Amino acid sequence: MKITIASGKGGTGKTTIATSLALSLAAELTPPPLFLDCDVEAPNAHLFLKPTFEQRQDVGILIPRVDEAKCTHCGKCAEVCQYHAIAVLGTKTLVFPQLCHGCGSCTALCPEHAITEIPDVMGVVERGVTPEGISFARGVLDVGEPMAVPVIRQLKKWAVPQPGQVVVRDAPPGTSCPVVKVMRGADYVVLVTEPTPFGLHDLRLAVQVARELNIPVGVIINRDGSGDAGVDEFCAAVGLPVLLRNPFERAIAEGVAQGKNLVEIHPEYTAHFRQIFNQITTALS
Amino acid sequence: MKIILTTTSPSIDSNLDSRFGRGVYFLVVDPDTLEWQAHPNPGAGAQGGAGTLAAQFVANQHAEAVISGDFGPNAYGALQAAGVAMYLFGASTTVREAIERFKAGQLERVGAPTGQGHPPRV
Repeated sequence: MKITIASGKGGTGKTTIATSLALSLAAELTPPPLFLDCDVEAPNAHLFLKPTFEQRQDVGILIPRVDEAKCTHCGKCAEVCQYHAIAVLGTKTLVFPQLCHGCGSCTALCPEHAITEIPDVMGVVERGVTPEGISFARGVLDVGEPMAVPVIRQLKKWAVPQPGQVVVRDAPPGTSCPVVKVMRGADYVVLVTEPTPFGLHDLRLAVQVARELNIPVGVIINRDGSGDAGVDEFCAAVGLPVLLRNPFERAIAEGVAQGKNLVEIHPEYTAHFRQIFNQITTALS
Repeated sequence: MKIILTTTSPSIDSNLDSRFGRGVYFLVVDPDTLEWQAHPNPGAGAQGGAGTLAAQFVANQHAEAVISGDFGPNAYGALQAAGVAMYLFGASTTVREAIERFKAGQLERVGAPTGQGHPPRV
């Protein structure tokens, strides 16, 4: 089973929930879960799960290289490039690597066969094991690189679960392509939110993404007791189960700031997360 | 001589648009006769790569100079390759004002990208 933890709004506590869920299941499941930190622009789940990384692989896409001797500047490549990553400017054809999505259209359609493809590295994927036996993998996008999706795609391909191994994927914030990529293929999406108008606004968007992908959704409300009743009213109105409420509490904030997750701060949460897992399993059966 | 300005409406009486890649119109003007022609900027609604798309349009107009409020790194690289001189309109707010300052040599010529650009959302 694959569970994606997402949120819409940033800073609601996705990683706190994802790492606590994985830790709560580690002692109960054989094999222990596979944890994927898919927030490749700012991966930080390793701070809570403390894996030892054993393997590492570069991630890149193939980008065009133009042979100026063969190029007639006909403009076909620029015309077919949906991302305007290749431009014909008078007698020069320029490639803009950071705009390129590596689709290969320009190379395939160049009538002069003046384009070849060269690899462009944009990040790495790494994997290892945590002290509790959780298989841990993450992607890291290089600073200054704008495209997260190729790194997430490679992470999902590379860190394959063993038969029967539960997968917990920690998504980036937002509702754009990287989040879609992390939700896609999941059996269940847990949306972590907070009871504020901002939390609600982005929760609505995230629910729409999951529903578009036909994935069932449950909600966890962090900082419960602050803010207003908007999130509760929305969940009730659209029939979303609230799986857990975590109080707005100083002890939790202090613990997280020290690199602890919920189950270390409040050991009784282990039972809560196991119950959530059972609830998800029941909902899917 | 032909110059191009980024504008908010398709007229010589328009205000300037401070964005190059996503400015609404390109106004192609002869600064001496003030003959003009307006074209919608193909980059204005682009999902990504607005700067390179807009720069190709400008290059294909064979203009000598382009006047705008900001040139991101991709637009700068593309316009530079095309040999189009870039100028900032600075404190000017209207097309007519910017043209007067351009003719008087009062506009700042750009020798490096003036902004960070906007990475495409993917």
